[in-house]
Amino acid sequence: MVEQVRKLLEKRLGSAAELEDLRQSIIKKRDPNRTCISVCGGTGCRASGAEAVVDAFIDEIERRELQISVELKETGCHGFCERGPVVVIRPKRIFYQRVKPEDIPEIISETVLGGNIIERLLYEDPVTKEKITSEVDVPFYKKQTRTIFGANGEIDPTNIEDYIAIGGYSALSKVLFKMSPDKVVKEVKNSGLRGRGGGGFPTGKKWQSCRDAKGDAKYVICNADEGDPGSYQDRSLLEGNPHSVLEGMIIGAYAIGSHHGYIYVRNEYPLAVRHVRIAIEQAMDYGLLGEDILGSGFDFTVTINKGGGAFVCGESSALMTSLEGKIGEPKAKYVHMSEKGLWDNPSLLNNVKTWANVPLIINKGAKWYSQIGTAGSKGTMIFSLVGKINNTGLVEVPMGITLREMIYDIGGGIPNGKKFKAVQTGGPSGGCIPEKYLDTPVDFDELTKLGSMMGSGGMIVMDEDTCMVDIARYFIEFLKGESCGKCVPCREGLNRMSEVLGRITRGKGKQEDLKLLGDLAEVLKDGALCALGQTAANPTLTTLRYFEDEYIAHIDEKRCPAGVCRELIQYSIDPEKCEGCLRCFRECPTGSISGEKRQPHTINQGMCIKCGACYDICKFGAVIKR
Amino acid sequence: MDLVLDFPKVKAIVETYAEKVDSIIDSYADKKEQLISLLQDIQAEFNYLPQDVLIRISQRLDIPISQVFSVATFFRAFTLKPRGRHLLTVCLGTACHVRKGQRLVDKIERDYEIKPGETTEDMRFTLETVNCLGCCALGPVVVVDGKYESQMNAEKLDRVLKGYK
Amino acid sequence: MAKCWINGERWVEVKDAEGVDVVHLTVDDKEIAVSGGQTILEAVARMSGIGNIPALCYHPAVKPYGACRICTVEASEDGAKFKFVAACLYPVKEGLVVKTSTERVRKLRKGIIELLLARCPNVKKIQELAEEYGVEKPRFILGDQDCILCGLCVRACQEIIGKSAISMANRGIYREVAAPFYAYELSGDCIGCGDCAYVCPTGAIKMGPDGKPVLPRVKIPYAEIEAMMKKETVATS
Repeated sequence: MVEQVRKLLEKRLGSAAELEDLRQSIIKKRDPNRTCISVCGGTGCRASGAEAVVDAFIDEIERRELQISVELKETGCHGFCERGPVVVIRPKRIFYQRVKPEDIPEIISETVLGGNIIERLLYEDPVTKEKITSEVDVPFYKKQTRTIFGANGEIDPTNIEDYIAIGGYSALSKVLFKMSPDKVVKEVKNSGLRGRGGGGFPTGKKWQSCRDAKGDAKYVICNADEGDPGSYQDRSLLEGNPHSVLEGMIIGAYAIGSHHGYIYVRNEYPLAVRHVRIAIEQAMDYGLLGEDILGSGFDFTVTINKGGGAFVCGESSALMTSLEGKIGEPKAKYVHMSEKGLWDNPSLLNNVKTWANVPLIINKGAKWYSQIGTAGSKGTMIFSLVGKINNTGLVEVPMGITLREMIYDIGGGIPNGKKFKAVQTGGPSGGCIPEKYLDTPVDFDELTKLGSMMGSGGMIVMDEDTCMVDIARYFIEFLKGESCGKCVPCREGLNRMSEVLGRITRGKGKQEDLKLLGDLAEVLKDGALCALGQTAANPTLTTLRYFEDEYIAHIDEKRCPAGVCRELIQYSIDPEKCEGCLRCFRECPTGSISGEKRQPHTINQGMCIKCGACYDICKFGAVIKR
Repeated sequence: MDLVLDFPKVKAIVETYAEKVDSIIDSYADKKEQLISLLQDIQAEFNYLPQDVLIRISQRLDIPISQVFSVATFFRAFTLKPRGRHLLTVCLGTACHVRKGQRLVDKIERDYEIKPGETTEDMRFTLETVNCLGCCALGPVVVVDGKYESQMNAEKLDRVLKGYK
Repeated sequence: MAKCWINGERWVEVKDAEGVDVVHLTVDDKEIAVSGGQTILEAVARMSGIGNIPALCYHPAVKPYGACRICTVEASEDGAKFKFVAACLYPVKEGLVVKTSTERVRKLRKGIIELLLARCPNVKKIQELAEEYGVEKPRFILGDQDCILCGLCVRACQEIIGKSAISMANRGIYREVAAPFYAYELSGDCIGCGDCAYVCPTGAIKMGPDGKPVLPRVKIPYAEIEAMMKKETVATS
């Protein structure tokens, strides 16, 4: 017991100098030329079998007794999720993708020991067919500016020393000993950082109002209730680099005079919770969190709270009421949360990505930071590029890059030769942007002008096979299920919008429905209590604005141009193309297909539920969708 | 409290597991604002929120039972009815929706006669849907008892579910 | 110094009282002076003839909630940029300009009433508002509820009585005022004071024969209404 306590006290850093000494000693101990195998251990790659890959490496390294010369690191998300499990071998940064446990013995003997590249595991450029060896040359990464997310591939999130080795907590040290709280706030203001959670509110302004506010206690809160479907960048940042968020929070707490903070993580993110918990424990051990941080006299502790499965709790006032042990009902924000928030005390709430930007701004300075991005949107933004896109994953780009560059240069374009139709940004509060605006720069105000918004960084690409009316209906259904139910416009309005859109997608739309949708959208925008309700109509409004022809086809012609809305499509089999192979017959879940071997099959329309399974399985293109 | 309703009569929970229940509740003795975390612990332990445990929480932590009930019914993480032996969670986030995740839900509805939120009669499966698990590159995703199954289709689903009795 | 609108008929110049925190604002182009620390709705409620702002979830005995949104007005701090705010929650400020009955505000109220009428077509209070704002027939499938979920009953029990015998269960369109575990025979927490029935604006809660309130049991469970809507499917031929 005494040994344990002594060990803990030994680790504890009591000054800025001790932190620097530790950093230098860690770096000295590490041989930069030692082979380091970093395996992506984010939830995405785990779902593809990354854990088995890690186990295979552990076994093989042990078998070959290579523990001294080879280091194995399970890191956070590398970002190129389409190609997981991802393995990067340093120092050359050889990039292997879609790695299976069976490949490991070969990787060890050929690449690690033999210095040879295994061609089949390399990334192949779909256009030039060139095989790319190094991570830095992979087109997906080339156009990105991975100032924050890049660290994910280098560190083991469960080992604080990795974070310290790459410069971690130096910003905190600078702030505690060389900057006054006012100076910190000024620096954040000058950087031009705007909230990365969706609102885009100037972060420095929020910090200032919280610093000026009076209250018995002040709180710092990290909003990790990432609820936008299709967004997982906050999760990956918490899983892969939790210390960057912690460091930001401690700096924020120092700036406003808070001594306690909360990290509110979504219930559905167990790995993120685990890694944040470990990070907090280790930071406490090292004296970087808790009492008398780095011997500065400043105290700050953090508690982790898990969400209960409610999207509305991502809204700041609802998040705070749920932290108070009540249901997640938003409040009117005529008096800002930064003045009266948690238990009516001044509360500084920021998104995960916003907190992660803070150490960078302190270390490199506001001037450096404000040179990245556009006039109105500074810095970089982390997006989740998903949907109908070749290179699905998490990308970090400077503000100002165009949508076209993101989707084609980084995303690799639309798969299967399909045509691009729209890109949806901002989650359920955002809108769908059509092709003619693809040269719009990614910027808070530019996206808002188009009727969408930046949001938390979700970017969902849609192609010609996506029905925009169905997408509007999808988002309304989602929000209807997540509405807290307090105010009439949102509770009743979303319900009725779902009724109207449901009618339209089932072929029972009426002429007046377009005006009705517009009226309901206005009630929501003007009358709803919180941002969930106020922005709920955006997907519908943008699809009405840019894809009105699809609505008209549904209403006037009872036709779904994209072939998605079930009641409006019909599957049939072309007898000339059908080879009678019985595949669709076996796939059909309701037994609506009949036919003998080598005889053309037919679909019984009365029993067909339009699931499309036959359409997908037919190798001869004999199933027709009308 | 003697209440008449169609919730499963489970007075047994508090009586049978009195020590366990009280130890969980008492760990929140001075933290009653962490009610949601407490309910999560109970849900993890018993697979649902037994009515008498909620009443016990209300008594021991001095929170009005109506508030505990309100919180228990507001959040999707909680269920007041017992769940099946295996939990099937189908992701219906936008990316999985675009990759036809709904079809998997339809299939389970047809094969097992349960809608999202319901449990099969033999208590084998409970079906839930969730709005985005964050594995969008691997959609459609189904989580069975915490294990992530990616790029699911009807055939794979049958194969996987066979293994869960 | 301020002009005071007396008895709904004439203006009188009045000196600001000593030692009172006075706030001067403009409501519907009329300058008024009120004591600070109030909301727009409270300030205007005591002045007849100025800004008739309707409100459903407001009651002077409990804290304002902002749920019905029908008290929305247009307000501006600088006289130039207006935004929609709930009058029952927005605090009066020096120099505030309030417009209670612009075309946009009336359109919003009409929309809210249409939604409420579709939910509760047989509630007298909603029918009266519908007539006042020109809402004829809602363009939606009609429900048959009495409760508008204003939350007054729950708040009265919590704030005035301190008992919290009832609360809001579920969320979204499934939200309802319920006793714990839907036990309509209320538990020991209810003292039978009748405050909930008293503050209810629609009469959805009534006192029962046993001295305890009868909660607005949902007449057509919402799930059935959804099923009715889905039945409007074109049969596949």
